Amino acid sequence: MFDSYLENTLLYYPQKCINCLRCTQVCPHGVFAEGKEHAELMQPAACMECGACVRNCPVQAIEVQSGVGCAWAMISAALRGKGMDSGECGCGGEQMSCCGGGAKESFSNREEMSTPED
Amino acid sequence: MDDDKKSSLSCSCASGYDTTSFIDLTHNKLVSELRTVTGKLTLNDRFDHFLARWGMNRMGHIVKPGLYKMGRPNADSPVLVSANYTLSFDAVRSALAGTDCYILVLDTKGVNVWCAAGKGTFGTEELVHRIAWSGLSSIVSHRNLILPQLGAPGISAHEVQRRSGFRVEYGPVRASDLPEYIKTRKATPEMRRVQFSFKDRLVLTPVELVHVALPTLVAAIILYLLTGPLAALAAITAVLAGTVFFPALLPIIPTHDLSTKGLILGVIFAIPFAISFAANPIMPLWTDLLKSLVPLLIMPALTAYLALNFTGCTTFTSRTGVKKEIYRYVPVMVLMAGSGILILVLLGAIWLMEVI
Ligand code: SF4
Ligand code: SF4
Repeated sequence: MFDSYLENTLLYYPQKCINCLRCTQVCPHGVFAEGKEHAELMQPAACMECGACVRNCPVQAIEVQSGVGCAWAMISAALRGKGMDSGECGCGGEQMSCCGGGAKESFSNREEMSTPED
Repeated sequence: MDDDKKSSLSCSCASGYDTTSFIDLTHNKLVSELRTVTGKLTLNDRFDHFLARWGMNRMGHIVKPGLYKMGRPNADSPVLVSANYTLSFDAVRSALAGTDCYILVLDTKGVNVWCAAGKGTFGTEELVHRIAWSGLSSIVSHRNLILPQLGAPGISAHEVQRRSGFRVEYGPVRASDLPEYIKTRKATPEMRRVQFSFKDRLVLTPVELVHVALPTLVAAIILYLLTGPLAALAAITAVLAGTVFFPALLPIIPTHDLSTKGLILGVIFAIPFAISFAANPIMPLWTDLLKSLVPLLIMPALTAYLALNFTGCTTFTSRTGVKKEIYRYVPVMVLMAGSGILILVLLGAIWLMEVI
């Protein structure tokens, strides 16, 4: 009941898939997995709408309304009278950064991590 | 390039231009610049990382975009792509210490790979531009680039290949897996998953704390002057709960939503204050009860709000989910904090009337 993350905007059209497996390589949450004739959608609820699969699918077999899941950016956009989705992640901004501290570090030296999927 | 000239704060390990070896490699074709870098992190680098982690000089942790060489690479050596944020670049070069390779650094305006990919600065356009600008095609004989997996939201691999002739390979999420990946050219499912360990979450707490330090201090001083040290301590505790304890304890706090996790944590931290506020033998029972309600209403609301804001730092929250959280819980937080403040004002008025 109190899980806001059960639904997302991810859509997959397996009939379009050419089985290049790009989506399985780029998804950081294992949402797609290798299948026999096409990629399989394994755990759609884990999608964080990063948009990596959409951008890298050569045949537009995936759709997602990607964006930054940053409450601060959304609330401040709403307070400024703009649409919530117009809020940009504060990364790189002078005053506030939603991930400027390097949280979303790629190729980082993070070790033994575990995603909180309680 | 203007931007390159501007970025004077280049990586301390970059020893500058290396045109001689470069000309050899490129058959006398003169290209912009090839910098030399080592995999060794100096004390200066570590100090820079420390400042970055504390959110100090936020835009100053940059290296010059362009092509770097590590060790003694030849035309067959791998080319890795990174961002011009010192934490990203240094993670790559230190993980690859002892490997002969090239590192192509994109201009992400000092933002880490994943965030820059989300913003589009670690993007197809910039990569295609840097490939051409660095003269990479005349330096290496192969046409492969190893990109960080988390750069994928900004890069369209097929588009890059079409426009530059270079094939994009997505390497592992973590730099520590790079040596293994370079050996096998295969990433295991484990290498492809992003995770969010205790250590990852803990390194985020300083920057979260710094963001709210000033308003917290002001609030604490005002509360101290108005009602005494306990109220000031309550404000500081609620902020610490939201910015330090919440990230640290994230997976073990029950419920899924970050706001409800924050509310739970806030209530736990508010209970001792509620008990101390209520334990006043001189005051009538109903004022004691009202007083104990104040921390129980305001502290969880504040902690939950800070917890909600942590969505931008996590590695798993979707925009759809965050939006739902905002609609669901921000009204609750406002209601709780508002009623708490109202009771506080009421208690203040009663006290004033008694004094008069
Ligand atoms: S949008 Fe991101 S998280 Fe969602 S399925 Fe695609 S790659 Fe995975
Ligand atoms: S990226 Fe697109 S075409 Fe390739 S496997 Fe995934 S869905 Fe299929």
